[in-house]
Amino acid sequence: MSEAPRRAEPGLYDFVPPPKRPRITWPNGARLAFWVAPNIEFYELDPPPNAARNMWTRPNPDAMNYGWREFGNRVGVWRMIDVMAALGIRGSVSLNVAICDHHPEIVRRCLDLGWELFSHGVYNTRFVANMSEEQERAMIRDVVDTIRRASGQQVEGWLSPALYNNDRTMDLLAEHGIRYTCDLFHDDQPTPVRTKTGRMCSIPYSLEMNDILVYARQMQTPREYGRMIKAQFDQLYEEGAESGTVMCVPLHPYMVGQAHRLEPFAEALDYVARHDKVWLATGAEIARWYLDRHFDAAVAAARAPGG
Amino acid sequence: MALPESYLQYPRRGPGMDHDFYAWSPLPNRKPIRWPQGARIALWVNLTVEHFPLDAVNKPFLPPGGLERAYPDLWNYTLHDYGNRVGVYRLYRMLEGLGLKATVAMNAAIADRYPFLVQDTARRGHEIMACGVDMNRLHHSGLAIERERESIGTSVETLRRASGQKVRGWMSPAKAESFNTLGLLREHGIDYVCDWPNDDLPYPLTGPAAGLHAMPHASELSDLWCLHQWHHTTDEFAQQIGDQFRLLHAEAAKSGGRVMSLTLHPWIAGQPHRIRPIREALAAILRHAGVWNATGAEILDAFKAQPG
Repeated sequence: MSEAPRRAEPGLYDFVPPPKRPRITWPNGARLAFWVAPNIEFYELDPPPNAARNMWTRPNPDAMNYGWREFGNRVGVWRMIDVMAALGIRGSVSLNVAICDHHPEIVRRCLDLGWELFSHGVYNTRFVANMSEEQERAMIRDVVDTIRRASGQQVEGWLSPALYNNDRTMDLLAEHGIRYTCDLFHDDQPTPVRTKTGRMCSIPYSLEMNDILVYARQMQTPREYGRMIKAQFDQLYEEGAESGTVMCVPLHPYMVGQAHRLEPFAEALDYVARHDKVWLATGAEIARWYLDRHFDAAVAAARAPGG
Repeated sequence: MALPESYLQYPRRGPGMDHDFYAWSPLPNRKPIRWPQGARIALWVNLTVEHFPLDAVNKPFLPPGGLERAYPDLWNYTLHDYGNRVGVYRLYRMLEGLGLKATVAMNAAIADRYPFLVQDTARRGHEIMACGVDMNRLHHSGLAIERERESIGTSVETLRRASGQKVRGWMSPAKAESFNTLGLLREHGIDYVCDWPNDDLPYPLTGPAAGLHAMPHASELSDLWCLHQWHHTTDEFAQQIGDQFRLLHAEAAKSGGRVMSLTLHPWIAGQPHRIRPIREALAAILRHAGVWNATGAEILDAFKAQPG
């Protein structure tokens, strides 16, 4: 079987540097839209193989690594939720939707607090890489249906498990009513995403602010993570005076919910929440605002001559 | 490489866990634990005393701290031996100065090679926990059940004989298991296992492992992760020890007793420049009221004695 041709460019967005952008404004004159995206995940103990990626680095069952992830659901998520609730910060949950089946009490707690659920696929051990288009469609329908059944919410956002995508993925998502993707890291502001149908945008998520990458890949301490969040916020808050910025803090309860990490994290969130020109939003609220008020102007700017 | 239809079938997608080794149990739903002496925190210090053979095969994966360099990897071999000769005694002196006892996970190879160390560890009042045969014999699903049964039997019996202790606890080398490990541990009279870092409290295992308990043996709050893998300074590690204690101590006031577990490896934490910050972090914990220092077996017994 020959492989599908590869493209040299993703072709998902245009090059529009800051001087060419229309100004972005947020509600109530806020400079910065701040959102927190906890990844609430279910990793299977004995998942099937995928040639592109297998979660576990040891043969199944990888008790140590599975147990570490599961700490998030048994312990970490409850601590993380309490910290956020105390500060009045809602989460936008990047949800492996199988959590709705395995651990509905976690979903209920999030919904009681008015949190958004968006898609992080079905399990964190199943990836779209190597799926046929039909399989990918079936997986997307499963996600949309499961979130609707569990919450009544129409899913608006998407973060692929392990950030795997196929060339057609964004088109399929737009076709299924997805309004924002978190898989693109090209900007600090929302941008339009080019899809065959629908209106879809990219909402800045972050690799830099992502707890798992900070702790386990950059190998930083919990206190350094707190300092990084504040520094990221200070800079984007300042720049947001010119044109509204977005800051996301992506979380994994099995990391941030460890007892030795909670306090510096809570202190950093508190620092952000104390500023008055911050819009404490969900991913969907940012996406809707942008799609309704700024999306068309951004598309027009991209098409303007002299680019 | 197309995926089969079964890639989108999920036979275990339903309430609770996707396996039968233990039940789903979110921490807030647990009955509050009462530790002896009304303590809020059971302070469980863990040492890991390992033997990495020079002819390491590193299959099916390189164990953390394993001999990663070309044979003969004297760098890593002798560094581990530094731990077993010098570092472990520096840690024992530190613990004794603080009045602390520990649980010491040992490969059976330690008993074969250094019987004095096993006897002396027991004599000093520390608990000995079995940690397989050596770091070259990992437990994994590619291992025939008979071979694994033999490994576990050798490990447990060797350490029981050498220490004179019951040896009730088990940690697999590198915390790696096969699907058979938990059931085999039960066959060998093991009471608690430390391979699943998914909780801050003990909890019962089920199915083939019924009768065993899982214990919250620290992976993240260990010198192996913080110092060796993540390159934090010892002061930064000590800060995290203090931060963990403060949060658990506060949580325990509202929700019942917690276990604070700290894992140290003699070849890492036992280096001269690392002792002082670690000792000071432990000393600061001990200045708080409501801290009960205990071994794994003592924590397990207190947990099992909780009124139903």
